[in-house]
Amino acid sequence: MDRIGERIRARRMDVGLSQRDLAEAVGVSPSYLNLIEHGKRAAGGSLVRKLALAMQLDVQLLSAREDEALVERVRTAAARLSEIATETARTEAFVSRYPGFARLVAEQAARIEALDTRLRMLSDRITYDPELARALHGVISSVTAIQSAAGILTSDDSLDADWQARFHRNIHDDARRLAETSRALIAYLDVPHDADRGLMTPLEARSAALARTGFHRAHLETGGSRRSGAPVDQAEDPLLARHDAQYAKDAAALPLDTFRRTADRLDYDPLRLSAELGAPLARIMRRLASLPSRPGTPDHGLMVIDGAGAVTLAKPVEGFNPSQGRGCSMWPIFGALGQPGRAATGTVVLPGETARHFAVHALAEAAPHPGGAHLAPLIQATMLLRAVPGDAGPLAIPAGLDCRICQRSTCAARREPSTVTPPRRQDL
Amino acid sequence: MAKRILLIEDEPNIVEALSFILSRDGFTVHIHEDGETALGRITAGAPDMIILDAMLPGRSGFDILRDLRADSATRDLPVMMLTARGQAKDRQMAEDLGVDHFMTKPFANEEVLAQVHALIGS
Repeated sequence: MDRIGERIRARRMDVGLSQRDLAEAVGVSPSYLNLIEHGKRAAGGSLVRKLALAMQLDVQLLSAREDEALVERVRTAAARLSEIATETARTEAFVSRYPGFARLVAEQAARIEALDTRLRMLSDRITYDPELARALHGVISSVTAIQSAAGILTSDDSLDADWQARFHRNIHDDARRLAETSRALIAYLDVPHDADRGLMTPLEARSAALARTGFHRAHLETGGSRRSGAPVDQAEDPLLARHDAQYAKDAAALPLDTFRRTADRLDYDPLRLSAELGAPLARIMRRLASLPSRPGTPDHGLMVIDGAGAVTLAKPVEGFNPSQGRGCSMWPIFGALGQPGRAATGTVVLPGETARHFAVHALAEAAPHPGGAHLAPLIQATMLLRAVPGDAGPLAIPAGLDCRICQRSTCAARREPSTVTPPRRQDL
Repeated sequence: MAKRILLIEDEPNIVEALSFILSRDGFTVHIHEDGETALGRITAGAPDMIILDAMLPGRSGFDILRDLRADSATRDLPVMMLTARGQAKDRQMAEDLGVDHFMTKPFANEEVLAQVHALIGS
């Protein structure tokens, strides 16, 4: 369904016009307006202007592209609580009609997701945080010793003076140790963090920090100091530090000006750039994704995953945000995992009426595990994508973002039923 | 002859308190503080029962218990485990490995004594 049709319909109902009244006002038949509203006919520029005028709406607001990301986010929010039967088929209408509430729904869902993640991290912390486990073990040991010694002192009236003194001393020592451990524990747990950052996983925090500058790190481009451009807390983030170290190596190997000129000349084709510059494809992909934004430079998305398929870095591009949703195994990056060293390329098409197309390159690299040949190699796969004009034909790879919001009901790679369209029998 | 208990625990004040209450009840208590060398000590000392801490330097109590149960000489030796980790999965692991009793720290002295008596008599 066409978004502009949805918006025309929503606005018409808001201002209390019937289809017939509006059609008459702009000089088309009611049935034609009906087709436009349901996305079965396109509305030309002059008609849109007339419609906007008739409904006392800024033509920009009517013709502006709907915030598709918001629609996706609302769909994702609905999918997360799929036991509630939301009218997902009407998501676009909801977003165009109540953009504020739609943002609220999307924002609340994102916050709930972040809180869930945080909660998981906190409950896992007791089991997996060695520092915390050690401190708690110390507390329990002290308490055990105190309880046992105190039990002896209170239950045994015939205890001789030497033993009494000994257990008193032990209790005193353990109490002091307990106090120290408790203080250290409080200090350890009471780490201040700002609310937003605290809700993110470390990987999300790194992506957010990088997104602030469009993944371009100007201070790392010309041999500048690592800290000069980044606030201290970012520079001290170990994940960001690791990313920056890689970035600095990439920038030194492929200096910005030369790289940009060559990329311009070779139409930003990663494979040709790799061949001409004699640089590894993954490095070319990272460089393309970190080019500073300027007219004529295509906007690249980037996704890096580890051997387990977990996303370790995600640079979103309009229409594709790999850190949202649970991923789709149809993307070439997952195929690349199975054949390290060989680039997977293709055009990916997203589901839905927008049917966005992306030119995609993906490559997995494997390094031997330093612990020995019996251990799985360390694999990292990188995928670069950029939007390209649609129709790539039958060879386009049909992929999605998350099964739950994907309309490809017959997809063989489907992991779970969709909440967007009624699942067919073969999906279940 | 007094029953002999080998107490394998690395916290000195817990060792002292437990040794005291067990000796007072008529048991002979031997002490060992290291996980790695514990097995040799058990084999050499042939105690009537073992009180085994789960977290020991060098080697965990769970590993020691596994070895004890795999050896025909120590398969039936009564073992009481002490642990600060009372999670269900630790308890389950100890039971799967064949522990006779699993006691979570902090414990009351009477509980320890009652279990020791239950396992090896007086």
